[in-house]
Amino acid sequence: MAAPSSGSLRSYILGRLAFAPVFLFLLLTMLFILLRVAPGDPVAAALGDRVSAEQLDIRREAAGLNDPLLVQYGRYLGNVVQGDLGTPITDPRSVTQIVADLFPATFELTMFAMIVAVLVGIIVGALGARHRDGLFDVGGRLFGILIYAAPVFWLGILAQLLFANRWGLFPTGNRVSARITFDDPTGFYLLDGILTGNSQLFWNALEHLVLPGMTLGLVISGVFIRMVRVNMLQTLRSDYVEAAMARGIPERKVVFRHAFRNALVPVVTIMGLQFALLLGGAILTETTFSWPGLGQALVEYINTRDYAAVQGIVTFFAILVVAVSLLIDIINGLVDPRVRY
Amino acid sequence: MPTATAPDVGTGAPVDERSSLRRRFDHAIKPWRRANPMARWLVIAGLLITSGFGFLALFPDVVAPYGESQYQYVVGTTDETGPGGEACGRGAECEQIPRRAEPGAGFPFGTTSARLDVFSRVVHGARVAFSIVLMSTALAMGIGVPLGLYSGYRGGKLDRVLVTLMDAIYVIPGLLLAIIVAFVLKQYFAPGLASAAIAVGVVYVPQYFRVIRNHTLSVKEEPFVEAARSMGAPPRTIIGRYVFFNVVQSVPVIFTLNAADAVLTLAGLGFLGYGVPFPQAEWGLDVSRALSDVVSGFWWTAFWPGLAIMLLVTGLTLVGEGLNDIVNPLLRVKGFKGKVPKRGEPTPEAEAEVERQMSQTAKRENA
Amino acid sequence: MSASTAPAPGPRGSGAAAPVLEVRDLSVAYGTPAGSLHAVDRISFDLYPGESLGVVGESGCGKSSMGRGLLQLMPPGGDIGGSVKLAGEELIGVDAARLRRARGEDLALVFQEPMTRLDPLMRVSEHFVEAIRAHRPDVSKDDAEHMGREALAQMGIPPTRARNYPHEFSGGMRQRIMIALGIVLKPKVIVADEPTTALDVIVEAQILDLLDRLRSDENVGLILITHNLGTVAETCDRVAVMYAGRIVETGSVAQVFDDPKHPYTQGLLRSVISIDTTELSSIEGSPPDLVSPPRGCRFTPRCPERFDACPTVDPVLAETNPGQHAACLLYPGADAGSPRTVVPPERAAAQPHQGETR
Repeated sequence: MAAPSSGSLRSYILGRLAFAPVFLFLLLTMLFILLRVAPGDPVAAALGDRVSAEQLDIRREAAGLNDPLLVQYGRYLGNVVQGDLGTPITDPRSVTQIVADLFPATFELTMFAMIVAVLVGIIVGALGARHRDGLFDVGGRLFGILIYAAPVFWLGILAQLLFANRWGLFPTGNRVSARITFDDPTGFYLLDGILTGNSQLFWNALEHLVLPGMTLGLVISGVFIRMVRVNMLQTLRSDYVEAAMARGIPERKVVFRHAFRNALVPVVTIMGLQFALLLGGAILTETTFSWPGLGQALVEYINTRDYAAVQGIVTFFAILVVAVSLLIDIINGLVDPRVRY
Repeated sequence: MPTATAPDVGTGAPVDERSSLRRRFDHAIKPWRRANPMARWLVIAGLLITSGFGFLALFPDVVAPYGESQYQYVVGTTDETGPGGEACGRGAECEQIPRRAEPGAGFPFGTTSARLDVFSRVVHGARVAFSIVLMSTALAMGIGVPLGLYSGYRGGKLDRVLVTLMDAIYVIPGLLLAIIVAFVLKQYFAPGLASAAIAVGVVYVPQYFRVIRNHTLSVKEEPFVEAARSMGAPPRTIIGRYVFFNVVQSVPVIFTLNAADAVLTLAGLGFLGYGVPFPQAEWGLDVSRALSDVVSGFWWTAFWPGLAIMLLVTGLTLVGEGLNDIVNPLLRVKGFKGKVPKRGEPTPEAEAEVERQMSQTAKRENA
Repeated sequence: MSASTAPAPGPRGSGAAAPVLEVRDLSVAYGTPAGSLHAVDRISFDLYPGESLGVVGESGCGKSSMGRGLLQLMPPGGDIGGSVKLAGEELIGVDAARLRRARGEDLALVFQEPMTRLDPLMRVSEHFVEAIRAHRPDVSKDDAEHMGREALAQMGIPPTRARNYPHEFSGGMRQRIMIALGIVLKPKVIVADEPTTALDVIVEAQILDLLDRLRSDENVGLILITHNLGTVAETCDRVAVMYAGRIVETGSVAQVFDDPKHPYTQGLLRSVISIDTTELSSIEGSPPDLVSPPRGCRFTPRCPERFDACPTVDPVLAETNPGQHAACLLYPGADAGSPRTVVPPERAAAQPHQGETR
């Protein structure tokens, strides 16, 4: 029925799809320069004096670190294209394998947090804007500012102290209790619990997810509260809202259908931007809660100075961020008819 | 009296130097006066909190009873002055700070397992936080502002390349970028204030770049810039005189908001152990060192430094948000009520205004 | 000392029908940091079915506020007073439900800026369905959409485009859509607030023509708010001139344009550029601050004919010709609110004159 719009939507998406690899290429080049042009010997840095000089050289040769930088750069990009994120110096697994093992944990954590953040942000922000300068609005704003100002690791510690140690409401550390036996075909425990009909796994995994997920989600929700509130204030005083009021549309409908819906459009964009913040927060949250995810692994590899592993994991994060922003662009095109032009 | 000569109301008095200064001042604080009381209150609260921490950062020794790495204190009298500690090695009678003392008299925030006074650490942490935030902001502004000005003004290919490059930096999670930079810098220097500041600063370069570039793009099209260009002003003059002073207005708001974020990034960096090294008092580092205490129920070692982070970030955010509210008229809060006079009630009138207009009218008519 | 309960300016002839809109002492005030801003200050007029009333004045004189005031569309902090009677029914002070039904069904408002008045996320047809079903809940979606297509066709928009999004239309087309949205429920009065200011000349003529046809075909009362005197001369039966929140002169278009009584109207008409224009003229100065409006006649500081009483006595509308009223102390009866009788230096001078008589 709307042939022209769908055509331009396709070209919009194709345009985004074409740009993403270019952007990613630039990003990876930058990361390579940052990580690999630094002086010093990664192998020696990681293994130090634990192995002999000949051993180090063999390792170096095997890792291709004796080749010219340009060759290493070409090999790096080529491998990434083939899905090979490199081989750690201190770990027998490939980085791709490490990512496959640990990313589900990070994904569950970040998704849970994102849902919490978006829900809290939309509810508190929209209600606040609707009843501007009322008690709820002032309280909501203050909550948003304070929660965003709280360091996520500190909130995590307080949450553990109260909800886990003192009141014993939720377990912490790891993703499930050691006593649970289960299959994990996907690695996403909540999903596995559903797929294998293992309700014990599902609930136990969810229990473990509550504290880290809520902590991370609430911190990020501060941004959403602010953005939703500001957007909603703008749409509430927009021309089309006034025009709808002038047509005698019931106020509740004006607020929901016109003001609220339009206020949510930029929120999609913000979700994309916040994803980066979420990943950064996940590194801290995982460390605080001993959540066996990619962020915690990254911190460990940095501590052991395993260049190759750090480079591989950071590369994966970069790909992830680009993919998410691409996804957000596409969703934006679907939601907002204006974007396609 | 020929055609209509309107009395220009209000310019009767000659403009002297003082009143022009005053008018400028009035103009400058006009948005502040017009702003909603709540926005003003937020800025004041934020300024109070921030300047409180600023005071701690400037004069930590005035407030803190102990040094940042002091684990013993002199009992009785000693000839030596100075912040405790040093005298102990030279034979003064000393006593150790108790281990893991609960908050109470003498140690208001308690002590750590390493016999450090938490209160003193928190106070000294303000100095580290402030110096790193200031250094990193200087770095981010120093790179981001000129680059944004140039890129926005020049446009073309260079602009596109720079924008894409900055976007590439921007999409990397801030903390992750800071970690990578800190990780790389470790190969060059011993970790310290400078390398932590660089790691934090790099994160904010794209934000200054973006805002300044976009602002430059719009200012570039303004009539007064157009006019300057058409009169043959060289680009350097246009950027330096016309564009810069318009664009620079957006810097304070970004600054306060980014500074708040920078405190958090620094804390995250410190928590992971890539900030400044112990024994320097850095709040994030102190929280991470308290991680094991929490498991055994000692809450105070982690609580206070974290609270300090939260308070400082809140203060800076309040200032930034309030400024934003006041500077950005779109979001200016409308908290004022209009009132229609009821039947028979006279419209409020300014008597003085009438008098002045009458006398002026009379003067003109007589002339 | 106020213009309250001024004689309501009548219709062009001695009208047969009852007025569809009776406005008495309508006031609109907004809150500002400096205090209440009296955008509209006790204005009164009548509007008859099938009649078009032009409201003119400089920007900031309260025209748009009056238009919104009729529908009681107030921003937060706005206040409204006086009386607006629609076909005899008082609308000020009614409950929210009645007011909501009056908006759109009885009174339609067409805005100045058509580009931003449609919800960007909704198809045009959805706007119609929403508006129709808000007032006639029993109309099915399909029927409502059909009604919308008809209204669009009436405004010259191909019904095939009903399912497009607002951004796919030009400004002129969007204004037609806005008018179609306004008339789809067959209101008794259309308030058009500078409906053509944002559009180019050709589109402007088309839109004005559409509005005029509606007025004559559907017997709708039309209030056309504009700063363009030419538009009023072409489209309207009567005209009300506003200055500083008040109506200062009113009468038939022929009366006011041929024989303006109020010095402000005279100035306005002089500032219009036409083929005969030999010398550009304008009214110097700017309208007064409406937070603390000056006492007396508000036009005094800019008036070429002011005399001693002007800054103190607030004039009311006085009949100067049958059906024509002006609020100026030059005319007898305009000092009705004042305790003392005002005698102007030289009665009834229609053109600027020399002032050394004082």
